[in-house]
Amino acid sequence: MIELYETQRAMRGLRKAALQRGVIAILDVGTSKIACLVLRFDRTDSFVEGEDIGSMAGQAGFRVVGAATTRSRGVRFGEIDAMAETERAIRTVVQAAQKMAGVRVDHVIATFSGARPRSYGLAGAVDLDGQQVTEEDIARVLASCEVPDYGSGREVLHAQPVNFALDHRSGMIDPRGQIGNTLSCDMHMLTIDASVIQNLAYCIKRCDLELAGFANSAYVSGTSALIEDEKELGAACIDMGGGTTGISIFMRKHMIYADTVRMGGDHVTSDISMGLSVPMSTAERIKTFYGGVYATGMDDRELIDLDGDSGDWEHDRRTVSRTELIGIMRPRVEEILEEVRARLDAAGFDHLPSQQIVLTGGGSQIPGLDGLASKILGQQVRLGRPLRVHGLPQAATGPGFASAVGLCCFAAHPQDEWWDFDMPVERYPARSLQRAMKWFKDNW
Amino acid sequence: MQQMTRRADPAPSRWAYKVQRLWLTPVFRTGLRTGLPVLVVALVAGIYLGNEQRRADLFAGIEGIKRDFQERPEFMVQMMSVDGANEKTLKAIHELMPANFPLSSFDLNLGELRDKIRGIDAVKDVTLQIRSGGVLQVNVTERIPVALWRGPEGVEVIDAEGVRADKLGTRIERPDLPLIVGEGAKQNVPEALELIAAAAPLKERVRGIVRVSNRRWDLVLDRDQRILLPEDDAIRALERVIALEQAKELLTRDVAVVDMRLADRPTIRMTETAHKELLRVRGVKIED
Repeated sequence: MIELYETQRAMRGLRKAALQRGVIAILDVGTSKIACLVLRFDRTDSFVEGEDIGSMAGQAGFRVVGAATTRSRGVRFGEIDAMAETERAIRTVVQAAQKMAGVRVDHVIATFSGARPRSYGLAGAVDLDGQQVTEEDIARVLASCEVPDYGSGREVLHAQPVNFALDHRSGMIDPRGQIGNTLSCDMHMLTIDASVIQNLAYCIKRCDLELAGFANSAYVSGTSALIEDEKELGAACIDMGGGTTGISIFMRKHMIYADTVRMGGDHVTSDISMGLSVPMSTAERIKTFYGGVYATGMDDRELIDLDGDSGDWEHDRRTVSRTELIGIMRPRVEEILEEVRARLDAAGFDHLPSQQIVLTGGGSQIPGLDGLASKILGQQVRLGRPLRVHGLPQAATGPGFASAVGLCCFAAHPQDEWWDFDMPVERYPARSLQRAMKWFKDNW
Repeated sequence: MQQMTRRADPAPSRWAYKVQRLWLTPVFRTGLRTGLPVLVVALVAGIYLGNEQRRADLFAGIEGIKRDFQERPEFMVQMMSVDGANEKTLKAIHELMPANFPLSSFDLNLGELRDKIRGIDAVKDVTLQIRSGGVLQVNVTERIPVALWRGPEGVEVIDAEGVRADKLGTRIERPDLPLIVGEGAKQNVPEALELIAAAAPLKERVRGIVRVSNRRWDLVLDRDQRILLPEDDAIRALERVIALEQAKELLTRDVAVVDMRLADRPTIRMTETAHKELLRVRGVKIED
């Protein structure tokens, strides 16, 4: 637990330093593309004293000054598969974004979709003896949450308090200053495979950049694709990426569940490639130009040329009707959505008061997907695009950039995490230096 | 035909990436853009000027260009023209000129030259001007000599303001000018001139005028005769003496001093021989 505090706090310190310097980079390491945005923070209003633990108050005014995308290489299922290739791809995209921004970037916040995220709900309670709730009490109640055994080789990515309750009053956002006897809290913890994080950190270090934070892509695309009342009332964001499909459920403006289906747009492409026996690049082109999930009578007559350069005339001059293409794509898309449905059911999504589902990510651009999704996932389905942020180029406003834009918001308004609060004194290891310092401070 | 061309890797090399990041560092960028050229220029200049010979050559070259410009015909002064100066002053002015003509007008310091020419006794004021055509025009206003003044250093010619205009070896060189002597005489030249003018009837006999105690004047005639004039109304007193001379030939007699200091009691002092003669005529015998 202590190491987690230290690493996360160190990254938080780096993030603050980057905000002070005014420039930070956003890196979205996806399976099909890697996007980099360079943000410039202009400190219009001053940093509010005593609120540094909150939402980085006063640091909201940012502007995208550089943006670049490149084809991802060496990434499978949102995890780094070939380090050198990924490193080169990151170098390409960072260089292009730096060139556009005209500034050197030293700190980078990364997001990735893979690494098998797993959600845990934690609960904790402390006795208050009728005193006012102070910041220390909040730290104590967070520390009192019982951490489950999430297995070796896994790391906590997010640990966010989602609900506070004081005696019998629940659903509090900020219990500080109120009086009660028992303070309890619910926390959402997300764990991931540690090796994935280590690989990514190593890649970024190899590019002379410093990792100033990381976030799960399902979470950040939820923050940018969902609108405020969807987040408040309960909604699920389905981020259909290249190699994975991320699921995040929001409730009362907090993420309460996140998961990943290890299937995405690349599987659709490989199905087309196998079914029509064309190369992956041709399959990708056909998918983006002619793809769909609902066939009509018109589609029988629309023939698609399957160009090839095998030298065999018969093989190179094949055509396929759009109906056939849709016939290949639809089962796979349905399979993905069925899997998403299963994960949502497992998370108890059908118990939420509002069951809005928002589809985003590059895969959500398949024509007719919303119709298909509403059959499988429920009636309230819409296609989501990311928020409009200042200075974002037109090319980067599509649903494929939901997680990149969400990460911008994450950089500007980070949510309180467990480690943003001071660790309670009794949790420090005995005879620590800090304890001695505290004793000195108290007695002199 | 299967094409076997490999697509070029779009990724920058590690070095290209590092160089670009270095180039985007503000300190490095300004250092390279301004610091380096300044350093190179300073280095080249330092190496070039480090050699004594080259430095001398460079300065000589600059000096040569400057000289070529200054010695263009339009800047050259060919001759000097002096107006309002007599022979002696002209000679003195020529002696003061720094060098021989022609010379560049950049080398002529007119202010200094003017002060020098003003230093000549006979020159009251001077204006210098370089006229078109390369002529140095010197307009001299000379002092007008009105009297001679004899002091400890010899005889000087002075103008109406009492300023020395020339030095003389002897008084004989300027017999036309009256002689003024005594402390404070120089400061009251006009007064003295008025008195000498008033003494015009005695012109043949006037030797000079003496300022006594910086207060009043004595008119000195030949035969050691003196007319002591009062402080006030000196001209009237002198006119009375002249009237006496014309009526009674007072000054023609053997009188040493005519004392007019007290207006209501003019007094005369006779010479030693005249006194004895008078006593003899009167038959007074003085016993020793």
